[in-house]
Formats: sequence, C-alpha cells, structure tokens
Amino acid sequence: MNATHRLELRDICIQLGDQVLVELDAEIGPGEVLTVMGPSGSGKSTLLAYLAGFLAPEFRAGGQVLLDGHDISGLPAERRGIGLLFQDPLLFPHLSVAGNLRFGMPRDSTDKAARVDKALANIGLAGFGDRDPATLSGGQKARVALMRLLLSAPCAVLLDEPFSKLDTHLRHEMRRLVFDRLREAGLPSLLVTHDGEDAEDAGGRVIELSH
Amino acid sequence: MMLRLAPVLLVALLVAPILAGLGMALLPAFGYLPALGGDSLSLAPWRALFAEPGIWRSATISLASGLLATAISLAVVLLYLAAATGSRLDRWIRRLVSPLLSIPHAAAAFGLAFLIAPSGLVARLASPGLTGWERPPDLLIVQDPWGLSLIAGLVIKEIPFLLLMSLAALPQLDPERRVAMARSLGYRPTLAWWKVVAPSLYPLIRLPVYAVIAYASSVVDVAMILGPTLPPTLAVSILGWFSDPDLDKRFLASAGAILQLGVTATALAIWWGLERLVARLMGGWIARGGRRRGETGLHVAGKLWILLATVIAFFGIAGLAIHSVAGFWRFPDALPGSFTAAHWARVLPSLAGPVASTALIALCATLLAMVLALAALENEQRTGRHPSRALWLLYLPLIVPQIAFLFGLAVVMEQLGTRPTLALVAFGHLLFVLPYVFLSLSEAYRRFDPRWSRLALTLGASCNGAFWRVRLPMLLAPILTALAVGLAVSIGQYLPTQLLGGGRVTTVTTEAVSLAAGGNRRVIGVWALVQACLPLAGFILAVGLPRLLWSRRRGMQGAP
Repeated sequence: MNATHRLELRDICIQLGDQVLVELDAEIGPGEVLTVMGPSGSGKSTLLAYLAGFLAPEFRAGGQVLLDGHDISGLPAERRGIGLLFQDPLLFPHLSVAGNLRFGMPRDSTDKAARVDKALANIGLAGFGDRDPATLSGGQKARVALMRLLLSAPCAVLLDEPFSKLDTHLRHEMRRLVFDRLREAGLPSLLVTHDGEDAEDAGGRVIELSH
Repeated sequence: MMLRLAPVLLVALLVAPILAGLGMALLPAFGYLPALGGDSLSLAPWRALFAEPGIWRSATISLASGLLATAISLAVVLLYLAAATGSRLDRWIRRLVSPLLSIPHAAAAFGLAFLIAPSGLVARLASPGLTGWERPPDLLIVQDPWGLSLIAGLVIKEIPFLLLMSLAALPQLDPERRVAMARSLGYRPTLAWWKVVAPSLYPLIRLPVYAVIAYASSVVDVAMILGPTLPPTLAVSILGWFSDPDLDKRFLASAGAILQLGVTATALAIWWGLERLVARLMGGWIARGGRRRGETGLHVAGKLWILLATVIAFFGIAGLAIHSVAGFWRFPDALPGSFTAAHWARVLPSLAGPVASTALIALCATLLAMVLALAALENEQRTGRHPSRALWLLYLPLIVPQIAFLFGLAVVMEQLGTRPTLALVAFGHLLFVLPYVFLSLSEAYRRFDPRWSRLALTLGASCNGAFWRVRLPMLLAPILTALAVGLAVSIGQYLPTQLLGGGRVTTVTTEAVSLAAGGNRRVIGVWALVQACLPLAGFILAVGLPRLLWSRRRGMQGAP
C-alpha cells in the first residue's frame, strides 16, 4: 500500500452545450490532497463524475487525466483505479461488515480473511466482521467505508464532501483519520467541499470554483 | 452487446404478434383466407355478421359495460384515496390490494356469482326473514340481460388494479404537502385532495385506465360466467364462432374481431370525450373555491364503496370455499347442513395435469419476461439514457382487445404449421405478462440509488459484477414481487390459452371457466378456489423469501 502515485489534470474543461462549467489544471502528488471549493451549482459534482468516469452523455469534456503518466479519461469507471468516498458511507446493506470490506479487494489478493481482520482492528472495530452494517453507529460506518476504499487498492481517491453528514464532534476526528490514512498510503486525493474547515484540515492546496 | 438489443427485442416481441394477429383478422374479415377457400375480397362476412340476431345488442352491451365498469372502478378508487387518512382501515385496505389483485378474474367472478345468485349466500342470509322466500326466487340475477352483474364482477377486479397503479404514481406528487397547503387555505381535507391532487394524478394513471376500458369492453372469461347469454357480449360471440366446427364461421369471427376492435376504439373515444367534459366541470368547481360543502358526503362515500367491494370479493372467495366442501345444503339455510371432502376427492385426480401445465406455462412466460425486462432496464441504466418513448408500446397488448388479435395470431400459427403446444401458449402469455412484469419492476429499478452501482464500479467491480453482486440482491424484493405479478397474470389468462392451445392445452383457468356452463357449484368451488390460491402462493413467497434471507440484515427489511 505504500506505492506512490501521481494524478495530473491537464487543461480539464467540461461543457454543457456552449456553457463552460469547470476549467481546471492541476497536479496532485503522492499523499497530497487538493481541495476544490465552491458553492452548489459550481460544477463540483460534475468534475467528480468526470474524473470517476460517470459523466452523463449530455456533457462534453476536454483535456487529459493522467494517472501515473497514463491517460485514463477514455477508460470505463471500473478500470480507472480511482476510488470514491461519498457523503454517505453507503455500506452495502445485504452484506456483512466483512463482506463489505472484501467486496473491493482485488481478486488475486491472498489471505483475504486475515487482511479483513487486520483492517478491522486497525480502525478499532476488531470482531465486527460478522455484524450487520445497519447496526453500526454513524462514525463506525464511516470508518468501515474508508477501510473498504483503502482495501480496494486504488491509485487515486476522490472525496465527495465525505464529512458533511457527520456530527460536529465526529467530523474533526474523521478528517484526521481519512487524511492520515490517505497520506500513509501515498495516494493523491481530490477533495470536493463547501466547508472551509475541511480544506484547512486537508492541509493541501485549495482551488476555488466560481460560477 | 446483447443488452443493447434488449429494448428493441422487447418492443418487437410485443408489437409484431399484435400486428400479425390484427392483419390475419382483417384479411378474412373481407373474405380472404385461401386455406379455407376465400380467394377474393368481399363484404360477405360483414353481411353475415350484421345478419346475426342481436349483434347490435351484443356490441352495445360490450361498449356500455366497458365504460361503466371503468367509470365506477375509477370513481371508487379516487373517492377512497381522497378520503384516506392513514387510519387502520386504510392501512388494512392497502395491504389487501396485492392479494386481491392476484385473484384471477374467473375466480372472482365465480365468487360473485355464488354470492348474488337467487340461491346464493346473500339471498340465504336475507331469507326468509327479510324476503319471505322459502325457495330460491325465479330471478335472473347472474347473467342478467343488462350486464349489470358482469359490470359488478369487473369492478371488483379493476378496483385493486387502479388502486395499485395510483399508489405507485402518488409519491411523485407529494400529496401530503399539497393537501396541507390547501388545508391551510381553509379547504376541508377530502375536498382539498379532490381539488389539488386528483387533477395531477389522473394524467399519471391514464394509460392503466385505458387498459381497463379495453379489457372490460372485450373480456371473455368474466362475461362467460356473469355476462348475458341471449345474446352474449360481442367477445363471447366471437369466441363461439371461432370454435364452431363449421370452418366457414371463421370469416364471421374475423369480421366480429374487427367489429370488437371498433367497439373498444369507440369506448376509448367516448372516454376521451368524457375526460374533456369532466376536466372542464372540475375546472369550474375548483375555480369557485368551495372549501366545505360536500366534504362529509365525499368522505363517507370514499370509505363505504371500497369497503363494500373488498368485502364482496372476500366473501366471494369464502363462498367458493364453503361450496367446495358443502354437503346437503337446504335453502334458505345460511350454512350447509353437513360438510364433505367428497368434491375435493372427486376432483383431485384430474387436478394434477392442469395444475402442472398452469405452473409450467406461468413459470416459462414469467421467467422469460423477467430476463427481458431486467435486460432492458439494465441497458437503460448503463447507457444513462432516459426511458425511451417507445415504451408506451408496452401498453399495446393491454389496450388492443385480446380477442381481436389473438384470434388472428392463432390463424397465423396454423398457417405456419405450428402445433398447439405448451410453448406456444407460454409465448402467448408472455405478451400479457411482459408489460406487467416490466411496469412492476421499472418503478423500483429506476428509483434505485445510482450511487450503489457507481460505488461498486469504483471499488473495481465490472458492470456485470455490479449487476449480479449489488443491484440484483438489493432489488430482490421488488424482483420477487414482479415475478409474483407475472405468475398471477399468466395463471389468470383464459383466452390466449384457449385460442393458441387450440383447446388441447388445459389449465386450471380453462377448466374452471368451462365448468361455468355446467353449473355444478360444488365442483366449480373446488376449481375456482384452486385457481385463486395458485397466484397467492407466489405472493406469499415474494413477501416471505426476502424476510427469511435478510433476517440478519436490518437495512434490507422493508427495502425499496
């Protein structure tokens, strides 16, 4: 998990009809977090959808997305190697906690059960593997979601306001956990938010999107 | 790649047989059917048709019963929805919608017949105390010449259908907030619903309403049980001519099928005109701004009529059950003097075959429909396109009268040299099962949060992986419900089985309907009860299986 990755966004320009929604040119090094801020409607979620590979067909996008030097903008979402953390933890309700963690692990990974146990211990949830995710608290769910993302071994991470729905007292703690882990794993991350504190805790560069 | 073809395949599968069937009804209607020696176009079949005694009366009864049954069912459903306040009665009725919908038309019709017949349960309960009858009166209540009992039988079955369609459409209108807004302006709750929710609800259920008109104006099985006999409704007459050993009657039947198409089209046109009229009247009523008058009447009517319809349906089924085990039963005793298992014992040996073929046909048609529906919906999700406009074609098999095209389709199959087999009948059922499976499933499929699949993809699962590992298990409950709906639709089909099976494929439904003429109520009770219970088994599985499977997953309880 300590490989280093680099995400380069070269002259990204997303348009709807003749209207330019987002223009961006940035480089994110290993373990760095780039924060993109802007009010709702500024095209933040469109940018995320584009990078993750879910842009609706009515949008047009130009530019290059380079991950470790390879252009991934033409690849389907599942082959981009980009992980996504949503506003909600979105633990699959039909799987156990361990099932959720195993879901994203690469097929060829060995020793899945042991790695799941280790990951659970790592976030203070040892022995929770068999639990129904619906019985977890908000903070526990958020931690499982983070661990599921890391176990899927992405090469870069997109964060879609992942702290906005947490209670205030959990938010700071969760931010620390998320950013520490991403840094440890050497993953370039792009955080989209409208909360100034998120940007502060992320500690990286901040880009403001306007209308 | 196969997925891309799914919507095209879906539409072609529905439209092609209907067009072919209509074509093969149209040609013989003008005397052209070389196989039977009709080589030239002529108007002879039409002259023969109009020379049939009572033909106009048949057509008029078909038209009137279609319109009246639809109007009454729609009125009862809207009245109920307006008066519903979430009370215990309301929740109870909502829970009964699905089981009521699953009762086949024929079983419900028999139930009603046993209830209202001169020697039926109602007459027994009222006699001799209220009526003074010591013996069954000599009245023609069932199969009355005006088609009133036919209309009643249709209403009982169409209420749950329209109610379910309305309940599915309502959430997108946010009725609670609309009513709250109107109430804050001084409107009483029921009036508020009629004035601010009903006008937006109707356009959403217009196609199902049209389907009810088409069905009610051309129904065969219910009309054979409850409808008038001299003359019968147009659709029943057509089936009679088609089954006539004298093959020349085929020309007559073809002309009749085209006339049926015209009758149903006329009913739809009249309804369309009524829509305009009611919209204008409603507009004036709303503009006048009355806030209180009529509230109590509308409220009481809303509770009363649906309760009556529900009670009749359930007493009807209970009546079937009692008849099936009744021994000696003197009039006017309310209950049989003795009970016996003899009727069941007598019927049981002959049940196995029809039950097996019913189940086989229903499973084939429903599973095939499910695969097609899932493929089309999954394709819609993956391409990110909005539902195609062509999908209104799904309603085509429900709006074109069955008898008009099935009959031609049977002729096409004969011409192609296809033997009547279970597979052919299952294909015929597919035409009617597919729309219901698709409509039932599309709701849940399109409402499914797209983030789940995106999440699966960003975790490295392929599109197929996301479908099998995330979407399918999470949508298990609605998928099972759609399967149960499909099975219920297939089990209840009479005409496709009869026409495409050439009378050689017997299902529980064809057996039950064919007993109608005989009038042995004990035996009919057994068959109709079996017919009513088969689809219920599907619904019980659809409700029970997810609860069992997800008993340790709270997030899946009461899922989408």
